[in-house]
Amino acid sequence: MEDIEHIEKQMKLIRADGRRLDGRKPDELRPVRIEAGVLRRADGSAYIEWGGNKVLAAVYGPREAHPRHLQDPARALVQCRYNMAPFSVSDRKRPGPDRRSVEISKVISEAFSAVVFREQFPRTSVDIFIEVLQADAGTRCAGLTAASVALADAGVPMRDLVASCASGKIDGVVCLDLNKEEDNFGDADCPLAIVPRTGEIVLLQMDGHLTLDEFEKAMELSIGATHRLYEMQRDALRRRYSTTLEDILKEPPPLPAPPAPEFEPPPPPPEDDFGPEGI
Amino acid sequence: MESSGSLRPIVIPGEAVGGPGLKPGPGTYIEGGQVFAAQLGIRNEHDGLVSVIPLNGRYIPQRGDAVIGEVVDLGPSHWLVDINSPYPAPLHATESPWRVEFGDTSRYLKVGDVIMGHVLSVDEIKRVQLTMQEREARRLNGGIVMEISPTKVPRVIGKQGSMISLLTELTGCHIYVGQNGRIWLDGEDRDTAVAASAIRLIEERAQSYGLTEAVRELIERERRSTTGPRPA
Amino acid sequence: MSEEIVSDLMRAHVYRLASTGQRVDGRALDEPRKLSLERTYVKTAEGSARAKLGNTDVLVGIKMSVGEPYPDTPNTGVLSTSVEMVPLASPTFEAGPPRPDAIELARVVDRGIRESKMVNMEKLCITPKEKVWIMFIDIHVLDYDGNLFDACSYGATAALGSTVVPAKTQGLGDDFPLPVEHWPVSVTTAKIKDVLFVDPALDEERMSDARITVTTDENGDIRAMQKGLSGSFTYDEVKRIIETAQRVGRGIRPLLRSS
Repeated sequence: MEDIEHIEKQMKLIRADGRRLDGRKPDELRPVRIEAGVLRRADGSAYIEWGGNKVLAAVYGPREAHPRHLQDPARALVQCRYNMAPFSVSDRKRPGPDRRSVEISKVISEAFSAVVFREQFPRTSVDIFIEVLQADAGTRCAGLTAASVALADAGVPMRDLVASCASGKIDGVVCLDLNKEEDNFGDADCPLAIVPRTGEIVLLQMDGHLTLDEFEKAMELSIGATHRLYEMQRDALRRRYSTTLEDILKEPPPLPAPPAPEFEPPPPPPEDDFGPEGI
Repeated sequence: MESSGSLRPIVIPGEAVGGPGLKPGPGTYIEGGQVFAAQLGIRNEHDGLVSVIPLNGRYIPQRGDAVIGEVVDLGPSHWLVDINSPYPAPLHATESPWRVEFGDTSRYLKVGDVIMGHVLSVDEIKRVQLTMQEREARRLNGGIVMEISPTKVPRVIGKQGSMISLLTELTGCHIYVGQNGRIWLDGEDRDTAVAASAIRLIEERAQSYGLTEAVRELIERERRSTTGPRPA
Repeated sequence: MSEEIVSDLMRAHVYRLASTGQRVDGRALDEPRKLSLERTYVKTAEGSARAKLGNTDVLVGIKMSVGEPYPDTPNTGVLSTSVEMVPLASPTFEAGPPRPDAIELARVVDRGIRESKMVNMEKLCITPKEKVWIMFIDIHVLDYDGNLFDACSYGATAALGSTVVPAKTQGLGDDFPLPVEHWPVSVTTAKIKDVLFVDPALDEERMSDARITVTTDENGDIRAMQKGLSGSFTYDEVKRIIETAQRVGRGIRPLLRSS
C-alpha cells in the first residue's frame, strides 16, 4: 500500500468551502471512543479509537522495579513504553523500538510522573505500555489519553487524569487534530497534554512553523479538545462498573422473577461493536 | 428504597469530593484547601471523614494484616514470600512456628508452599517482615487459593463478618481471607467451586446494593444445577 | 499467586480434578476454549484478524510488498512470520528482542501454514527470478492466558483467509484475494504427570511437564508437529494426541474458513 500521493508535491488540504478533506471544520475533533478494563492480565487497561487510530494501553504496578539499580528509594518510577505494531502503518514497520518510539516513551513517562503519587510507593515502578495497532497520526495523544484511563483503572493514586490532543497548521490555517495526510503535508504539528482540573501542561512538543499568534490559536483549540476528551475518559471509567446485577445473572434461573426495580434504569451504554469479546 | 442492581456513584482521580466540615481520609488528597479523589472508587463519608474506597489497586501491607503467600525463594535463615504486593516479604526463621537450624529452612517450607501468616512490620520505606507466630498461622494444604482485588476484601468479609459467615454456612467450606486479596477455600471440590463463584460475584459487583441476596441466589442456583458449578 | 512459580496447592487441585476428567474452568480434558475471530480488524494491513481463545487474545496483521525472491525458490512468493510477545500482554513478558520462546512460536505457526500449502505461493510470483510478493505475518500478543500456539495460529489463518493482495497500488492489475487453498488447524495438548489437556489455560500451562502442537489439514493429514518443554510423551500418547487433534481440528476448521 504505497502512498502514491507522496509523489505529488503540493496537496490542497483545505477545500474551497473551508472544510478539510475529511469534511471536518478546522476546530473539529475526529470521532473518539474509549473503553476501560479491556484486558485480563494487566492491572489496568483501556482501548481507544480516535479517527483511524486504534491504540491499546495497559498498566502494571506499582510493582517491584527491575533492574534493581534503577530503583528509587524515595519514590516509584513511572516508565512508559510506546510501541507500534508492524502492521499499524502503511509501510510495514520492523518490530522493535526505533528512535521515535523511544522519544515518545520518554515524554509520556514524564507527563505521568507529574500526576502519579510516586512517594507512596518507594522502590517500585508503575509500568505503562502503549501499543499502536492502527495509526492515523496523533498516536501519542491517543496513547496518552488511553493510558490515563488505564492508570485509573489500575487504581494507581493520581492527582488527576491527563488528557492529550494535538493541533497544527495546514494550508496556512490552524486546525485541531491533524490526520495522517494533514500531518504529512501540513506546516506544523503541536501535541499537548494537560492536567484538566488545573490546566498544568505536562507534555508539549512542536515541529514546523508557527507565529506566536498561530501557536496561541493552536493551544486554544487543543485545550478545548482536552476538556471534551476528559469527559469521555470519565465516562469510560464509569461505564466499566455500570452494568447491573441483572446483567451478570444472565442465565435464565428457575427462580421467581425479581421485583420490579423502583429506580430509573441507567441509560444504555453507547454502541459497542468492537468490544473485547470479539465478534 | 434500594433495589438490587442500583449502584453507588463512582468518582475518578481529581474529582472534588469534599464537603463542609469533612476531613480528608484514605483515597483522597488536599490541594489548595480542597479535597479531591486520588483513586477511582466510591465516595464515602464516615465520622466526619470523607474517603474514597478504591475499586482496584495493589495490596499495600500494613502491620497485623493476615496474608496468604507463596514461598518463592529461600536462604539459610529465611524464606521469601510472594504476598501479591509491590514488595517481596521475607519470613525469618525465628518468626516461624518451628525451631529451624541454620541452613535447614527447606525442611519446613519449600518453594511452592502456601502459607497463612501475618505482617510483622512495615518500615518507613515500606520494607516488610512476615511472621508465622500468630495462632492461625500455618502451611496450607489442599483446597484452592483464589485471588481477588485487595480492595474488595472488606466486601467479602462483610460487616462484622456477615458475608463470610453466609458463604461458610451455604457452601460448607472453611474460608480464610487474607487482606492481600488471597482467599483459601477448603472443602469438597464441588463446594469450593461454588464458593469461588460466589466470591467472584462479590468482587465484580462489590459496589452494588442488594449483593447479599444475589450471592444467596447464585449459590442456591449452582447447588441445584446438575451440570456442575461454573468456572472458579 | 506468584506469576512465575505455581504453588503445590494449585498443582494438587488441578491434578485432583483431572483424575476425574474435570478442569478448573469446567471444560472436559479434550475440549478447547471458545474461539472468537474478528476479521479485517486493522485497515493499514492487507489482511488482519483478532483471535480470542478463551481469554488469550492476539492480533495478526498481514502486510504485503514486492521484492526479490529467494535464490533457491525463484518462482514463489516469500513468507515471513514473527511474533511480538509485548509486555502489555503479561507481567512475565519483557521488552526486548524476541526470546527463544517467541521465536519457536513464530516458527511453529509458520511451519503449519507453509507445510500445509495454505497459500499458493507460486501464484505470488510476478516475474520469475526478479519480482515476487513478499508476505509478512506479524502476530501481536495482547493478552496471555495460555496456549499461544493455537491462538496465534488461528489468528494467522483467519487473517490470511481474508487478505487482499494490493496489486493495484503496484500497477499490477486489480487487487485479488490471497490464493488460499488449504486450511491447517493447530491443536495443542499439554501433559501434567500422566494427564493430557487440550488447549491448556494459563494455570495448566504453567504446570505442564510437556506439550505438543499438532497441525492437520482438511484431510486429517499431519502437516506440522512440535513437542516442547522438558518432559516426555509415550508413543501411545502421541498417537492419541494426533487423533484428538484431527477430531478437534475438524470442529474448529469451519470457524477459520468462514468470513
